[in-house]
Amino acid sequence: MKKWQCVVCGLIYDEAEGWPEDGIEPGTKWEDVPDDWVCPDCGVGKEDFEMIEIG
Amino acid sequence: MTDQAPIVIVGTGLSGYSLVRELRKLDKTTPVVMVTADDGVNYSKPMLSTGFTKGKDAKGLAQGVTEAMAEQLSVDIRTYSTVTGIDTGARELVLGDERLAYSKLVLAWGADVIRLGLDGDGLDRVYSINDLLDYRAFRKALEGGKRVAIMGAGLIGCEFANDLRNGGYEVDVIAPDAAVMPSLLPEAAANAVQQELQALGVNFHLGTVVQRVDRDGQGVKLALANGDTLAADLVVSAVGLRPRTELARAAGIEAGRGIVVNRALETSAPDVYALGDCAEVDGQVLLYVLPLMACARALAKTLTGERTQVSYGAMPVMIKTPCCPTAVCPPPAGAEGEWDIEQEGSDVKARFLSPAGEVLGFAVTGRFAVEKQALSREVPPIHSD
Repeated sequence: MKKWQCVVCGLIYDEAEGWPEDGIEPGTKWEDVPDDWVCPDCGVGKEDFEMIEIG
Repeated sequence: MTDQAPIVIVGTGLSGYSLVRELRKLDKTTPVVMVTADDGVNYSKPMLSTGFTKGKDAKGLAQGVTEAMAEQLSVDIRTYSTVTGIDTGARELVLGDERLAYSKLVLAWGADVIRLGLDGDGLDRVYSINDLLDYRAFRKALEGGKRVAIMGAGLIGCEFANDLRNGGYEVDVIAPDAAVMPSLLPEAAANAVQQELQALGVNFHLGTVVQRVDRDGQGVKLALANGDTLAADLVVSAVGLRPRTELARAAGIEAGRGIVVNRALETSAPDVYALGDCAEVDGQVLLYVLPLMACARALAKTLTGERTQVSYGAMPVMIKTPCCPTAVCPPPAGAEGEWDIEQEGSDVKARFLSPAGEVLGFAVTGRFAVEKQALSREVPPIHSD
């Protein structure tokens, strides 16, 4: 499971947690997140997220 | 010599850094010099209105110190350097006594805050928050304070009102229109946001303006046009932005509301480009994140040899009022149609429908905010190719 961070606002998408508010189940890999999913905090698209290593 | 001159980018805000980030994905070696009037610290301007909610001060909102950015992006960053002119003939940026040659020049220097003409002896307690340095000064001035008056009920005024309430401050909002965010939201959605902000404890004074700000002990006293007076520790001015165009105009570069560029982000001067809050792109001045990121991607390609036009899709704007989550995609100016409103309390789903029933814009608040993506898919893109 990886984590991805929005380069604009720093929001983190954690594959383990998914994003249930937008119907993305826990465990959803980044590549399976819909292409038109946008950052819930600032509205930028998937292309503005970068993979990060956390702990 | 021009061939060896670097790409020069003026501005280290979201536009400047986003452009360089995209550029370095395509080209790791072309020399790039960034010039900034401030300290060059990387931060995201939209996040300045979320500090209290996220528990971050100015330092916490910084995403990278200047030295780290320079190293990470392989660029030279000149801080505290004020541009005084552009010599488009000689292809040189003028910085006081110094001249800096460019192969290509990118103007990403943003917008200035509009300042209202106010009377009184307390004007040094009126703060505009346009960058991280401003935010740092504002937070310092706020230490020990309890009460903030905000001039302006636009997106920034409303976001700061919510954030300061979350930080435990008493908040008064003063604005001339009858509703909040009048240029952005249809009335039903605006009223929903206002109601939820009121439920959070924000005091609104709409339909009036601040006339005087006078010192009163450690704080200030505000005199409103409607005769009311308010006490506050300090005042936040959030009455709008104006793209910076003067230096471009002085250099003979065409400017309207912003620096005029086509969809390839080219100004009227050869090898000079503009993006972000200072730019009027194909007739549109959109001071939001999404257009800026699209421009950064297109321009990075152009600067590395593949001339690329930006293509704007639907451009929804997220309004960071956590007490009433809101997203809006305004219909095109002058579009024919009317608002179709579904509403339950402060949950509003407003769709702007053309006579043929096509969704041309929307505003969603509260529990309907989650429908923003689905609705964005229905709205025709700004650029259809």
